[in-house]
Order: sequence, then structure tokens, then C-alpha cells
Amino acid sequence: MKPVYLKPESLKDVVTSYCPGCGHGLVHRLIAEVIDELKVREKTIGIAPVGCAVYAYDYFNFDVAEAPHGRPPAVATAIKRCLPDRIVFTYQGDGDLASIGTNEIIHAANRGENITVIFINNANYGMTGGQMAPTTLPGMRTTTTQKGRDSKLHGFPLRVSELLATLEGTVYIERVSLIDPANVIKTKKAIKKAFSNQLTGTGFSFVEVLSPCPVNWGLKPLEALKFVKDQMIPYFKLGILKDKTEEMKKEKGA
Amino acid sequence: MNKNKRLISGNEAIAEAAIMAGCRFYAGYPITPQNQIPEYMSWRMPEVNGVFLQAESELAAINMVFGASLTGTRAMTSSSSPGISLKQEGISYMAGCELPGVIVNIQRGGPGLGNIQGSQADYFQATKGGGHGDYRMPVLAPSTIPEAAELMMAAFDYADFYRTPVLLLSDGILGQMMEAVEFKEYKPIKKLVKKDWILDGARNRVPRSIFSLMTAPGALEKHNWKLLEKFSKMEKEVLSETYLAEDAEILVCAYGIMGRIGKAAIQMARKEGIKAGLFRPITLWPFDSKTASLYGSKAKKVLVVEQNLGQMVEDIKLAVEDSKKVFFHGRPGGGVASKEDLFEKIKELIK
Repeated sequence: MKPVYLKPESLKDVVTSYCPGCGHGLVHRLIAEVIDELKVREKTIGIAPVGCAVYAYDYFNFDVAEAPHGRPPAVATAIKRCLPDRIVFTYQGDGDLASIGTNEIIHAANRGENITVIFINNANYGMTGGQMAPTTLPGMRTTTTQKGRDSKLHGFPLRVSELLATLEGTVYIERVSLIDPANVIKTKKAIKKAFSNQLTGTGFSFVEVLSPCPVNWGLKPLEALKFVKDQMIPYFKLGILKDKTEEMKKEKGA
Repeated sequence: MNKNKRLISGNEAIAEAAIMAGCRFYAGYPITPQNQIPEYMSWRMPEVNGVFLQAESELAAINMVFGASLTGTRAMTSSSSPGISLKQEGISYMAGCELPGVIVNIQRGGPGLGNIQGSQADYFQATKGGGHGDYRMPVLAPSTIPEAAELMMAAFDYADFYRTPVLLLSDGILGQMMEAVEFKEYKPIKKLVKKDWILDGARNRVPRSIFSLMTAPGALEKHNWKLLEKFSKMEKEVLSETYLAEDAEILVCAYGIMGRIGKAAIQMARKEGIKAGLFRPITLWPFDSKTASLYGSKAKKVLVVEQNLGQMVEDIKLAVEDSKKVFFHGRPGGGVASKEDLFEKIKELIK
């Protein structure tokens, strides 16, 4: 009998430390499927952030380094420059990428590094117990905004994808979600494109995934998906923010 | 004419020595008085198919070194005091992850933004930790430009052999001045071990990971004990120079540029019949306490000279049994004691 659903080779057969209903496990699987499909597992180097995904090296079945908080784009830059034929990607949460690591992500993007960045936006600091992130929605309650985020005090949620789309160095930027099977398929497609661009040397590709964090949000897994749909998506609009892939391919003669 | 002999600034000599030692990755950020290092690297690295990156910050630069190092590439960064403070994050992570790499500190006056004069105010930061966590790091302190070139090459060997960050601690005077340097062919001073730990894609092997977070019960303690074993081996790599120390009644202790000025003062003293000698540590960690103790204990008085308010003097006091005979002369904030100043100090102490 031919199996129709297997664990990707790029994932280790282990139990993750992620909470029930968390989006990380799903995105890990999508990345692993894409790496299998592109047949690049043996030349991939992933960079784990500081945050919930810090243990990514326990889950991915390829080389993974753990970078200091917010620095994965700097680490990835150096790896890719030293080993240009390897597939290098960073996997970062919103605290890592949109707060402590804003400098690194902006400059790696602006240099047009030929790397892939998977950005998990779950509107809070998951690992440390649910504090306000730069992406926390106005009015959203977190452990450091117990009456809800007050924009007068804390500013506004940062739209990183829109920000990066303004930079000349970026090639492909898309925001996706995991709210239902159709969107999960879209997310996989975006991730695949972001990795494929690296194979053709097209340039900096960035996928922002709106991801549920039911435990810290105090919601059940299905309610958390509804929260993404009803609360997050209106602020963080889904879709392609920038796509110069074809243009760049022509330029590279790929 | 010897074509390997060049009139060259300290900063450029350090950069060229790194290239000769096989450094193929440089990331840095502008800061005076070390700018000639990134400037030199910006054109020299491409000539040897290496990577030069002007980083967006000191933090990014040291983390780029972290990334280059984990691919097995010999990598370095350079900066001056305020920038080195920022690099401490990456240095600690490299120590934790056991990643080799070389960091050059062309010290300037501090604290804060300080000034751009040469200084030795970062001795504590360099030798007593700097970054967070329980780690040790070899610190090499040249007193001449030829020695800076030699130590720069050695720094990469120590880094690779022990899988550790290594700091070359110099200063703005040595960085900016020029001297004739005869570049010796690079010969590794340590056996170059195969880097069987790098991340380059898990081709025909099991995947590897490089990390410093160890939350499983006992895991970090075990890792720290393992690091201690390595630090103990590193501790044997002491280097120091003595000059007329055998019969010295007054032992001058100084490192780096002050060691050189101290030597000149000792020559003046000897001409006047004063038995002065020099102890100059070359590795500041590990510290050659044995030699300091040997000659310091024999001498009637010990004079520690630094371009700061007194930092290495603590290590000398620990090494010399009778710390009451240890005296200090320092000039902070970019001040430099001349050989005449030191000669006067020596005469004063020997009276």
C-alpha cells in the first residue's frame, strides 16, 4: 500500500515543545515539506531565533544554528556570503525580528541578501509568557498591557512587511495566515516561492505568517484562529506586498 | 631590498597579517582610531576572494563573525572601546557556542564616548569577562607593530585550536603609528585541527546544530564544566617578555605600548646605574603570574605602569607576595606617560 501522508524527511520524528494549537508546528512542517520538494535538505542551514522557536534545531532534520536575540539576519548574511550555494533561511518571531532585531532585518533586506526569512507574527512574546510585542494590536491584553495596549503609551503595531516592501533590496514579500486549510496551502506556496527564489539567486524573500498563540491569548485553538481572522487580518492585510521575482530572474538570466 | 618589509601603520599591519593567516571574512563598523582596518579590508578581502562587510552596527558585525565562523571560515572584526562594549553580546555567545573568531580592540579613552586618544582602559573588560556568563578568552597585547602582526596570526591559531574567541588588545597609539614591518610567512603555531563541527549542509552526515541555550536539567552545568577543562588548557598558553629583570631591584610591569615606553625608561635608568628591569605580559589572559611573581618577589619595588587608573596592577598585586611594594603610575583618558616621566618615577621609588 502506498502511503499518502508521511512525515517530511526534513523534520525529525520528535515531539515539539509547542503549545496545543500553536502555529509554529504547522509552519515547521510546511518549511520541511518545501525543503524536501526542492531537494535541498542536505544544503540547507537554518537560523533559529530567541523565542519559542529557539529549539528549532531539535525539530528540523538539517543543519541549524541558534543566533543571539534578533541577530539571525546578520548571522544568515555571513553564512550565505561564505557559502553562496547553500540555502540559508532565518525563522524569527515578532519579538526577535520586529523589536530587538529591527536593525538587522532592515539592513539584511536593504543589502538584498539572497536569503529567505520566515517571520512568525503572533502579536506577543510567546516564550516569556505573553508580553506586549511591537505587533500587539491596539486594545489587546498582554501581561505588560493588562488593560489592553494603549497606543498613546505604547505606539502602534508595526507592519514589518509593508516597511520592508519600501526597500530597494527586497524582491518578494508576502503576508499569509493559517486560519483555514485554504490559507495553509497559500502559506506553503509562499514559503516555496521564498525558498525557490534563493535557488535562482533572485534575492531577499520574506514571508510573514499570522500565527495563533492560543495559550498566551487565553483562547481555545479554534477561537485563536478566529482571532487571527477577525482581529489581526484587518490590521495586517494578507497578500503579496512586493514581487519583483520575474523581473529579477530576467536580470539574473535565471 | 626585502619586498616583505613595509613601512605600515599598526592598523594596516594587523589587517594584512590577518589576511596572511587565512582570514577570509571581515565585518566591521566605523569607529576611530581603528578605521584603517575596515578600510584596508574593504579592498584587500576581494583580492583574496574573501568577504568584506560593512555592518550596520557593532552588534551585527560580531554576529556576522559568529555566522562566518560557524561555516568554518576564519573570521574577524575590529573596533575601538565603545564598539567593543557592544560586541560583548556576540563574544559571550561565541564562547558559549565554542566558535572561533578574532576581535581586535584598538583602545581609546573612556568611559562613555571618551575620546579618540590611545588608552588601556579596557583591561578589566578584556581579561575579566566583558560579556555575560562564566567564560575565559585569550587576550593578546602587542607592544610593537611587528609583534602586532605576529600575534594577529597567532590569534587565529589559538581561536581555531581551542574553538574560542580571541581578543587582540591594542591601542590608538599602536594603531595609528607607522613602523617598518618585515612580514614573516604565516606558519601555524598550533596544530590546525579539522573543523568537524561546522554547519555547511548535512550532506552524507547527520545534521549538526550550534547553540548556547541548554535548559535540560544539569545540561548547562555539564557544559560549563567542559568549558573549564578547555580554559585550563588555554591557561597554559602564557606569553611574556622580560628585559633586564634578572637583577632588577625595581621591576617595571607594563603591557602593550606602555611596555615599550617602560623599556626605554629602563634603559635610561640603567645608564644612571639603577637596576631597573621589565616584566611585560604579552598574553593578558592567561596572565603570566609565575614570571611576575619570580621577578616581582626578588625586586625591592614593583612599578606598574598603565594608561588607565590602575587595572593590571590588581593582577600584579595578586602575583607578587608582598603587595605593599607594588606601586602604580597611570595616565587615564588618553594621557601618555613619557619615558622621562617613568624614569623620574623609577628614581623616586629607588631613593
